[in-house]
Amino acid sequence: MSVKNPARRDFLVKAAQGTAVAACGGLLWDYLLRQEVRAHPYALRPPGALAEGDFHAACIKCGQCVNACPYDTLKLAGAGGDMPIGTPYFTPREIPCYLCPDIPCMKACPTGALSPELEDINASRMGLAVIDLENCLSWKGLRCEICHRECPLKGRAIVLEAHPRGISKHAMFFPIVHSDACTGCGICEKACPTTEAAIRILPHKLVQGKIGDHYRLGWTEKSEITQDFKPGAATESGAPLKPGKKAPGVDYLNEGGL
Amino acid sequence: MPVTRREFLKTAVAGATATTMSMPLTRMAEAAVQQLEKGWQWDKSVCRFCGTGCGILVATKGGKIVATKGDPDAPVNRGLNCIKGYFNGKIIYGADRLTQPLLRMTDGKFDKKGKFQPVSWETALDVMEEKMRWALKEKGPAGLSIFGSGQYTIHEGYVAAKLMKAGFRSNNLDPNARHCMASAVVGFMQTFGIDEPQGNYDDIEHTDTAVLWGANMAEMHPILWSRITNRRLTHDKMRVVNLSVYGNMSSDIADTEIIFAPSSDLAIQNYIAREILARNAADWDFVKKHTVFATGPYDIGYGFRPKNADKFASAAEMETYKNEQVRVLDKHEAIAQRRKEGEAVPQANAATPMKDWAISLEDFKKALEPYTLDFVAEVAKGDPDEPMADFKAKLKLLADYYCDRSRKIVSYWTMGFNQHQRGTWVNEQAYMTHLLTGRQCKPGDGAFSLTGQPSACGTAREVGTFAHRLPADMVVMNPKHRGIAEKIWKLPAGTINPQMGSHYVKIMRDLEDGQILFNWTQVNNPWQNTANANHWIKAARDMNNFIVVADAYPSVSAKVADLILPAAMINEKWGAYGNAERRTQVWRQQVLPPGQARADIWMMLELSKRFKLKDVWGAQKIPGLEGGLPDVLPGAVAMGYTPESTLYEVLFATPENKKVRWPDPIAKGHGNHVADLLKDGWFPEKAMFEEYRQFGSGHAHDLAPFDIYHHDKVRGLKWPVVQKNGKWVETPWRNNEQYDPYVQKGMGIDFYGNNGNALVMGDLDKPGNPATKVDISHKAKIYFRPYASPVEKPDANFDLWLCTGRVLEHWHSGTMTRRVSELHRAVPSAVCWINQKDADAKGLKRNDLVWVESRRGKVKVRLETGGRNRVPRGLVYVPWFDEGVLINRVTLDATCPLSKETDFKKCAVKVYKA
Repeated sequence: MSVKNPARRDFLVKAAQGTAVAACGGLLWDYLLRQEVRAHPYALRPPGALAEGDFHAACIKCGQCVNACPYDTLKLAGAGGDMPIGTPYFTPREIPCYLCPDIPCMKACPTGALSPELEDINASRMGLAVIDLENCLSWKGLRCEICHRECPLKGRAIVLEAHPRGISKHAMFFPIVHSDACTGCGICEKACPTTEAAIRILPHKLVQGKIGDHYRLGWTEKSEITQDFKPGAATESGAPLKPGKKAPGVDYLNEGGL
Repeated sequence: MPVTRREFLKTAVAGATATTMSMPLTRMAEAAVQQLEKGWQWDKSVCRFCGTGCGILVATKGGKIVATKGDPDAPVNRGLNCIKGYFNGKIIYGADRLTQPLLRMTDGKFDKKGKFQPVSWETALDVMEEKMRWALKEKGPAGLSIFGSGQYTIHEGYVAAKLMKAGFRSNNLDPNARHCMASAVVGFMQTFGIDEPQGNYDDIEHTDTAVLWGANMAEMHPILWSRITNRRLTHDKMRVVNLSVYGNMSSDIADTEIIFAPSSDLAIQNYIAREILARNAADWDFVKKHTVFATGPYDIGYGFRPKNADKFASAAEMETYKNEQVRVLDKHEAIAQRRKEGEAVPQANAATPMKDWAISLEDFKKALEPYTLDFVAEVAKGDPDEPMADFKAKLKLLADYYCDRSRKIVSYWTMGFNQHQRGTWVNEQAYMTHLLTGRQCKPGDGAFSLTGQPSACGTAREVGTFAHRLPADMVVMNPKHRGIAEKIWKLPAGTINPQMGSHYVKIMRDLEDGQILFNWTQVNNPWQNTANANHWIKAARDMNNFIVVADAYPSVSAKVADLILPAAMINEKWGAYGNAERRTQVWRQQVLPPGQARADIWMMLELSKRFKLKDVWGAQKIPGLEGGLPDVLPGAVAMGYTPESTLYEVLFATPENKKVRWPDPIAKGHGNHVADLLKDGWFPEKAMFEEYRQFGSGHAHDLAPFDIYHHDKVRGLKWPVVQKNGKWVETPWRNNEQYDPYVQKGMGIDFYGNNGNALVMGDLDKPGNPATKVDISHKAKIYFRPYASPVEKPDANFDLWLCTGRVLEHWHSGTMTRRVSELHRAVPSAVCWINQKDADAKGLKRNDLVWVESRRGKVKVRLETGGRNRVPRGLVYVPWFDEGVLINRVTLDATCPLSKETDFKKCAVKVYKA
């Protein structure tokens, strides 16, 4: 659904804003209020948006960003949907963010919900592209790779890795998304040629894992063997158990059962 | 993850900034990481788990390990780790880490039936000393025992061996490596006269074929598997064959999966040998120059108690045990052994299974004659639902690979071969096919025995912490070897006990029999890892004996113990491991052990201070040894010792060793809690390593000096390591002139391990005239070994095979990996894999709680019909890491009679709803 008529768009914005006022009846009001304060995990927000909770607190649902968007990418959430009413969002498969270098939506924002600290549109992180490996044509060995080629940060946000293929002499070219460069603009999702997009934008929180702090990747950074090692102080070692303190493991050892 | 509170606040602030904006999180995160890593000190170390021997780097801060990473400079793993290795930094920080000696007491006194209560080290050592003196008085040196480990550091194993063999004059020291690769050892010793693989991991990048014989490398050697997989993906000719008794993850990469019936690997290898000869694919030049044909007796029993088994075993158990005396041959073994079906064969060589003699090529051919494709396929087809024609085609393809001499080939195995009632035979058969085709000791060509434990090779085998061994492949039964050891150890002649000690399973039986009264368990979990565990748990708790368990965590073994000693773990002490490719790797102490926990080496050294020469070096009675052990005190006095000298002074803190001083610049500032606690200024680990080196130097087991291994640039060295032009040079392929300095010039391939050995010539049934000896110097033996059926097979009552093993996520009995919450969450408990059709037939379904029961015991476990293992109809698989599913209550304590290694892979069970 794309709306080309600015006047009509204005109307829709106002309608959305007005819904809250127009709607009467305690139940609905209460429901809307509760929606107001609930950050939405699936929402894709405009460039520079604060983290979902903070964004929600700062956004006054004025619709200025939606008005400023030259591609009609941004929409305002309507009533009754999943998202808090009146907040801006976009649906990449319909209209992705085209990454305007001057970031008009952010400039239009009166509250900083879209942070003015975002100076470079390529530094925005609206979400993260995720590939459905089962239905991605490139991962099946077809020479598609449209997402890679269409990506505004091609070679950085989406790279191709060539792998030998067991069943033929033809290598496979696997698109791989790199979160340190992906803006979440969704141009890949829009461009994906499968019936249902095999690459999609999702908020980082929903898709990103975290490697434990106890481990470092051996090949990514240098670690010289420390030449003047400073052993930790012997605070614990050698100290006998304090009276009245139970020795670790003793309950298990004494419980029987073998 | 140990982060101090201040660091945590800092990262929290950085994190908060990052999350307030949908801005480049990575840049923020990088800054936070840099902040977090400030003050981290890095050093090299080794992974604590399997025999692969991956290098890791360890970061410490404020006396805690804060992170680890795969070492990018380590040639084994090039910066990678498996998911166990990923958690190296966490295994020492489990919540129930033992930090205090615990003694069973009632009213403040030791009581076998009492409850564990904390005691001081002084009290712990007092009680140990008292109990050892009691055992020595009652039973002599044979009354003592140590369960050692393939997870001992080299220094620990060396100290344990010297303390027991030179100090207490007892050979009852045996490692859990007995359960793991003893069959590989005997296979090496019998075939080549020298232990351990000739090849190395680089064979993978040179070969065209990897054949897995009972080695699920995808799970058990994950980092080597990624190398094999890479070779498969990048080298057109590369083929991978996975032979197993059940479908596993290695089949996912394999080109061919061959599911065979338990023990029929013996028949399959003879089929391949027969094909090699029938197709004239042998390398006759190689065979003539470098090999001799040999065989041995078939009537060797199954490693059960030789007599009086019924004194302890139930009637049901006796149904299996009675085979130790007489075996009634089934149809297949009758054909395979050229005898009659139903023939009752007395197991006349049960006590002498190691006998061997040379045979002619004609006899060798004659022996292989029964092993036709039709016969072997009938014996070996392991999946009843696979069409016979398909199975035969696979066997033929396998033979094609071995017969195609333009194809390089590596055969890999681990527990499938080693934990086998004929484990030594099946190991020797692997060399048979490789030697026949001249494909051994060459890059990309060789039979390669993988090891399970991180220092099964470096410690258990090279140091010799076995009941029969001394360092550098020497044995206590050989007077020349004892002489060499007595010289290096500066002992009076006759000190070392010439009688082989009790092997691992026999130590358990001796505890049950009351022959052994004292046991010290170090770095392993015998009461979880030994088959037929119900007997041994009962013996430990009910017999009048004293069990000391040194461990880091409260294990099943700690639970049956009388005294528990809190042990330091890997990076809490100085250490060295030797991996499966002969690579010796070292590490420094990175952090202090918690509480009162201490290194095993400290425990042994402290204990050695409490015994004087007069306590142990007088005349000693040894059951079965005529005349016993001589009084060597006069000899000791002549050497300058006094009867009042302690074992500590005589064996460890000797004048030479005390010259190796602590602190030492090689430490680069790292501590050494052992040296600090001993307070006499020497550096035990370094001194013991330098003393130990003397055994191998000049005898094809050469190691470099201690400091060389600790050099920043060194990532372990493969022995023999010899000095060339002032540099210490490792040996990538042994017995091959191009690489091995010990090969006689001009020989090309030289199996020098057998130099000086000879075999009596005989026929297939018996050795001939003892005067007709064949010199086998420079030669390897090609053994004919027949198919033999498993001693216990499924029947109407116990209708399924039980196979046990490991899973990738857990190490051995899980004492470490089950303390890592992430690994525990991933695989919290053992399951029983069963074929869907078997489950259907029994009215069972996935996740049902069932009993798995054998003649020996039963455990409750959940059923699994999917997942990583695909068992054929007729077989179930249960991993042994889970003490809540103590599957070794069910398994059978049959061993290979030659190696005394238990067969954990096959016994008969039934499965029914719990």
